[in-house]
Amino acid sequence: MRIGIPRALFYYQYFPFWKTLFEVLRFEVVLSPPTNKEILEQGTKLCVDDACLPIKVYHGHIAVLKDKVDMIFVPRVISIEPRKYICPKFLGLPDMIRNSIPDISRVLDTELNLYKGKYNMLNHVLNLGKILKINRSRILLAYYKAIKAQMKFEDLLIKKLATPQELFDKKQNFILESQLLKKHTNNIKVLLLGHNYNIYDDYISMGLIRKLRKNKIDLITTEMVEKKYITIGSKQLSKDMFWTLGEKTLGTAFYYLENSKVDGVIHVASFGCGPDSLVGEILEKKTKKQYKVPILYLNLDEHAGESGFNTRIEAFLDVLEGRKYLEDNLSAHG
Amino acid sequence: MKITFPHMGNIYIPLKTIFESLGCEVILPPPCSKKTLELGVAYSPEFACLPLKINIGNFIEALEKGADTIVMAGGVGPCRFGYYGEVQKEILKDLGFNFEMIILEPPQGNFIDLLNKIRLITNRNNNGVKDLIKAIRIGWKKALLLDEIEKQLFKYRPRERCKGQTEKVYNSLVKEILNAKCEKELALLETQIHDVFSNISVIKNLTPVKVGIVGEIYTVLEPFVNLNIEKQLGELGVEVYRNIYITDWVRENLLPSFIRSQDHNIMLKLAEPYINCFVGGHGQESVAQIINFSKMGFDGVIHLLPFTCMPEIVAKSAIPRINQEHHIPVMTIVLDEHSAETGFRTRLEAFVDMLCHNREVKNNAVLSGN
Repeated sequence: MRIGIPRALFYYQYFPFWKTLFEVLRFEVVLSPPTNKEILEQGTKLCVDDACLPIKVYHGHIAVLKDKVDMIFVPRVISIEPRKYICPKFLGLPDMIRNSIPDISRVLDTELNLYKGKYNMLNHVLNLGKILKINRSRILLAYYKAIKAQMKFEDLLIKKLATPQELFDKKQNFILESQLLKKHTNNIKVLLLGHNYNIYDDYISMGLIRKLRKNKIDLITTEMVEKKYITIGSKQLSKDMFWTLGEKTLGTAFYYLENSKVDGVIHVASFGCGPDSLVGEILEKKTKKQYKVPILYLNLDEHAGESGFNTRIEAFLDVLEGRKYLEDNLSAHG
Repeated sequence: MKITFPHMGNIYIPLKTIFESLGCEVILPPPCSKKTLELGVAYSPEFACLPLKINIGNFIEALEKGADTIVMAGGVGPCRFGYYGEVQKEILKDLGFNFEMIILEPPQGNFIDLLNKIRLITNRNNNGVKDLIKAIRIGWKKALLLDEIEKQLFKYRPRERCKGQTEKVYNSLVKEILNAKCEKELALLETQIHDVFSNISVIKNLTPVKVGIVGEIYTVLEPFVNLNIEKQLGELGVEVYRNIYITDWVRENLLPSFIRSQDHNIMLKLAEPYINCFVGGHGQESVAQIINFSKMGFDGVIHLLPFTCMPEIVAKSAIPRINQEHHIPVMTIVLDEHSAETGFRTRLEAFVDMLCHNREVKNNAVLSGN
């Protein structure tokens, strides 16, 4: 049986887990192609028009997959951390898909809810097993292997300061560690903040990471930071943030701004993103006022034009370089 | 301590009563106006939803009038409302205002924190628990009466002979409720409500088109934000029904589950085929209510939401399917700072025209026996 996994949203976070899980259970995993113009157009057409860009893209990926597989995996991601949510649209995602794409083949919409504790990951997998009618011991074995793959994935992101795509080859298998490319940097450190499904999607982020790497920028994203540092950073908030991705963004930002030198911050958000409308405000206020670090705010939607986008990135990088140069050449006597 | 809080429809009346009977001074923000909106839009994050912006406008106007303590509600997500207070506090501090902000968080197993905050607002030195209960009782009674007269207003407005008469009656009753000092006065008022309204001369044997209003609670309850939709519809001869009232909200959200009535959960079951999970805010309720209205034989439903409201967008995705399966026309209206009255009115008129036409077609079908 073939299971389709859309290359969007939580693909960028959980793909090694899901892929290993289904493959150990002897399903064929079919991944949708990287986002392209056609997918975006399909998604925009199908999806309710007020939704944000990543949700529309997700609809597009489903449209591509729906006739090629027996079942599409659309987990209902309620929470991936205790006492935190993702976003209301994630909670209602399987419903949105069913409402907007009525002729869809079977949807596998197991709930992933770690709101009450991390052990619920096992529940998520056991429920999957129940629906797919697989016996418990096989499921547990698959779960064990999947968790291992996921841990390796998360470790590598942190250790190698790599993006998820840089870890996989074309067939979505891990690249050998020794083959990971060494990065040349020009010592300009930029925090690239934003939801993983936006910044790592080469099409909708208009090659942002590619462009920064080409300019030899020393990149840091929230996925490259250990959880404990994010927790330290987010202590600066006066109220616990109840969005996982928002907390990661702010935690990473505050930790780096406070403890090590960062030359600039880029915040990427999709147009109409609910959580980021408030997260961005807090981030911008702190970065500008308290730490006096330049910040670039990039807003993504389906109408974005690449040349204007490039100009803004180039201008921002020029500012960072100029500042660096001034800093390095300032005489010690003032 | 001079307390203020944001506007949301008539909620200021019960809140003012509660604080004042506990001996606090209350400074109400002026009613929401264009100026409120402009202030709010100028200082709020661009993509924040409309309620946050209007709140900011309210706070600025109240602080300028001399308030020094803001009382605001909190939340634990996933809707943005839970983080409003924190962001608003930062914005107002940056503007240079000097004030205290007390954010009432829903108790998640930690009642002490909430109780402390309530005691902080309520003048703990002069008041005992008894006074607090008494104050809340009066406030609650007022909220109930306000909801009752609003229901009467919706019922009488489309039927009135003399345009504007019902509104006048309603406004004078609101004033009386606002000024009532004790429960006795309120009890007396309650007995009069029906008489006052039935004195309005109405067109007999009229069966107005019935429209239900659903959506995000703030946009439904605050007439400034929804461009007075209930009044506009009433003037177009539509009988408006609404399922969201402040008292219902309090019952569903603040009472412990064992004394809560089951009606709400039963209604939510209606939404299950379309939205099978809590999505924050009123997303699931909106869907359930649309179906409920269709079962009750309503002619149409209007769905209101602020621009970029996350839960209601999920609800909106379900509407085309509900439309097909339950055969009820639904119009979604997205509200933001750019909503203009003329275009809005045109849309309402067109919608009502369509509903009237639907009804005619239906009646003719019955007459001709098809």
